[in-house]
Amino acid sequence: MTREITANARLSVDGWVTAGALLIGAFYATLTAARTEDPVMSVHAYIFAGAFILGLFGIIKAYFDNSERLADQPAGTSIQYNLDIIKAGVIASVFWGIAGFLAGDTIAFQLAYPDLNFDTSFFNFGRLRPLHTSAVIFAFGGNVLIATSFYVVQRTCKARLPGTFAPWFVFWGYQLFIVIAATGYLMGATQGKEYAEPEWYTDLWLTLVWVVYLFVFLGTLWKRQEPHIYVANWFYLAFIATIAMLHIINNLAVPVSWTSSKSYILFAGVQDALTQWWYGHNAVGFFLTAGFLGIMYYFVPKRAGRPVYSYRLSIVHFWSLIFMYIWAGPHHLHYTALPDWAQTLGMTFSIMLWMPSWGGMINGLMTLSGAWDKLRTDPVLRMLVVSVAFYGMSTFEGPVMAIKAVNSLSHYTDWTIGHVHSGALGWVAYVSFGALYCLVPWLWNRTQLYSLKLVSYHFWISTFGILLYITSMWVSGILQGLMWRAYNDLGFLEYSFVETVEAMNPFYWIRAIGGAFFVVGALIMAYNLWRTARGDLRVESRSLPPEAVPSPVAAA
Amino acid sequence: MIKHEVFEKNSIILLIGILIVVSIGGLIEIAPLFFLESTIEKVKGMRPYSPLELAGRNIYIREGCYNCHSQMIRSLKDEVERYGPYSLAAESMYDHPFQWGSKRTGPDLARVGSKYSDDWHREHLVNPRGIVPESVMPGYPFLLDTPLYYKDMKEHLEANRMVGVPYSDEMIETAMEDVRSQVDPDADTDGLLARYPKAQVRDFDGNPKVLSEMDALIAYLQMLGTLVDFSAYKADGPDLR
Repeated sequence: MTREITANARLSVDGWVTAGALLIGAFYATLTAARTEDPVMSVHAYIFAGAFILGLFGIIKAYFDNSERLADQPAGTSIQYNLDIIKAGVIASVFWGIAGFLAGDTIAFQLAYPDLNFDTSFFNFGRLRPLHTSAVIFAFGGNVLIATSFYVVQRTCKARLPGTFAPWFVFWGYQLFIVIAATGYLMGATQGKEYAEPEWYTDLWLTLVWVVYLFVFLGTLWKRQEPHIYVANWFYLAFIATIAMLHIINNLAVPVSWTSSKSYILFAGVQDALTQWWYGHNAVGFFLTAGFLGIMYYFVPKRAGRPVYSYRLSIVHFWSLIFMYIWAGPHHLHYTALPDWAQTLGMTFSIMLWMPSWGGMINGLMTLSGAWDKLRTDPVLRMLVVSVAFYGMSTFEGPVMAIKAVNSLSHYTDWTIGHVHSGALGWVAYVSFGALYCLVPWLWNRTQLYSLKLVSYHFWISTFGILLYITSMWVSGILQGLMWRAYNDLGFLEYSFVETVEAMNPFYWIRAIGGAFFVVGALIMAYNLWRTARGDLRVESRSLPPEAVPSPVAAA
Repeated sequence: MIKHEVFEKNSIILLIGILIVVSIGGLIEIAPLFFLESTIEKVKGMRPYSPLELAGRNIYIREGCYNCHSQMIRSLKDEVERYGPYSLAAESMYDHPFQWGSKRTGPDLARVGSKYSDDWHREHLVNPRGIVPESVMPGYPFLLDTPLYYKDMKEHLEANRMVGVPYSDEMIETAMEDVRSQVDPDADTDGLLARYPKAQVRDFDGNPKVLSEMDALIAYLQMLGTLVDFSAYKADGPDLR
């Protein structure tokens, strides 16, 4: 016993490496804070230094706790999954989700009632809009992806995440990235490229975190006790690897100085434009699609209690999806100064992309074969299935909008915003909510959710919100596009620009109200998950019979 | 034929397969833009931004103007009639990053230069609804009171030179002086105008005592789309729709 404790009380290799790196990082950050004249860099250097020192304390604490905790572990259990990190990821997902939805609804109200900008620098639409997009995509979506990927890869490989500190470095490093990016936007630090706004040092930090993420994921695959890598992991791996490639190339930049928060992007003009939309569209393709398809491939079969519909279809649609998505970027640049050949190529692949997308949708929906009746009794499954339906709808709408003739009307209008949100709210958020509703009872060892009725309320309230959102944006987008190109009898443009802005106002109100419904739904979810984690169970007339509640043990 | 098992049983082969498959599209689509000479038109008049314009452009980026304003007039009939000749690739050849935008909550700004007076811009930026009652634009009154920080202008130009903008040694040497002289009608601006032809020299924000962020932003807005001489370039191309 004594021998065991002394052995375990030593710090693991990744602990030493992390501690050393944090020490150097804290030193360098403090030095930068002292030397810089740039107020943004100064604030960020202090945040970095503080976070690194906190990290060091965490490692020191773990060093002293180590022997105690190991003694607690029951002997003889087969696999000790790292579930604490998934719990942390679930909490972070819910927190950032609500923050991001609130930011989005705030800017929606700013467009309906512009006095809400309050004439300030840090609260104006131009700074809050990147805050919203980054919060929902990277903070909410990213945390959901990290948490679910760590869960799925452990379960389907029957192996624990490698390292003691590496997974936690990924988790806390990613939260630090979010905080730096978000505070940067509010202070005006931005690269001015959509969905790639964080400045050079934030990008470098994310690159480091992401590489560790890739190795933690791969390391689990290497330890697997199953001969085959499960399909969900193909999608997660494609997501992690491709996002690394996109992020690094699109963010190549030269900083003004090592102590300045400002940088200049390596590429210019037309080349920068296509690089940006190659990145931007594949942030959709690999962050918001491939990663979340990984969620679909684990949680839908699990919740429905049915195997994936077609193994062959998953192979075909996986490779064709990742191959074709990469080409679709130029559809963001139709009729611009991008050469015509590139526009046509982008349009062609965007239309073809419809097929692999629907391959994924069919594989998800048909997994319910023989279990369709569960849609009536299980609102969590309903949410998952409706997410796949929204995925199918927006991946049909996307190719249509990529056709040059349609795009000439839709581009620059709210139609694009509506399209993005049918995918983001309907697909990404719903499949995430479904996964969170599954995960919380599993992680906190509860027989089932606190209340299925509240899940139903969440579902219907937020679905109503989404419908208000996308229908109002369809109308306003098409209306504005038509007004811009309308001619009067004398052959002059019929409307001045500001007349088209005025016409948008009622739709901006409807959209903002729709967004509020969505926020309310998310708050209901947060409450329900919190009560579930506490171990409460609401007495309801129509709760699921215990045998109908999927347990994590029967995992694929 | 390869059995898919190969990918399913070896994570490294799967990873390499993914990386190859996702690289092809980008290589074929993006790489040629750096080599094909036809990508960027040969036009007269393009020059790097003057230091004041560059500082203004950085404020434009900082405030996120690109979230609502495009700088890319498409080759469509109604756009050309509303905003002017469609945008050329050459016009953003020194733009790091590009600011073409993706949404027009407000109008396109690619050719907004010299269309409105400085006073109009100042009043409109301070209180948009004072000038255009239906506007949904935020107000930026703080730009008037904030002095422009330009101590590190030299480093800004050097960083731009590193990414390919042809700033000369002389331009870098005189960067700070050029910021000051562009807002001072009494300054000796021969050098400035030789380095940056068509640069507009005046006090832009109506307050000669302060070199404010408003000065820089209006200087930038007033030069947008004014460099290329379209009387000498045939821009009503064959593919105007």
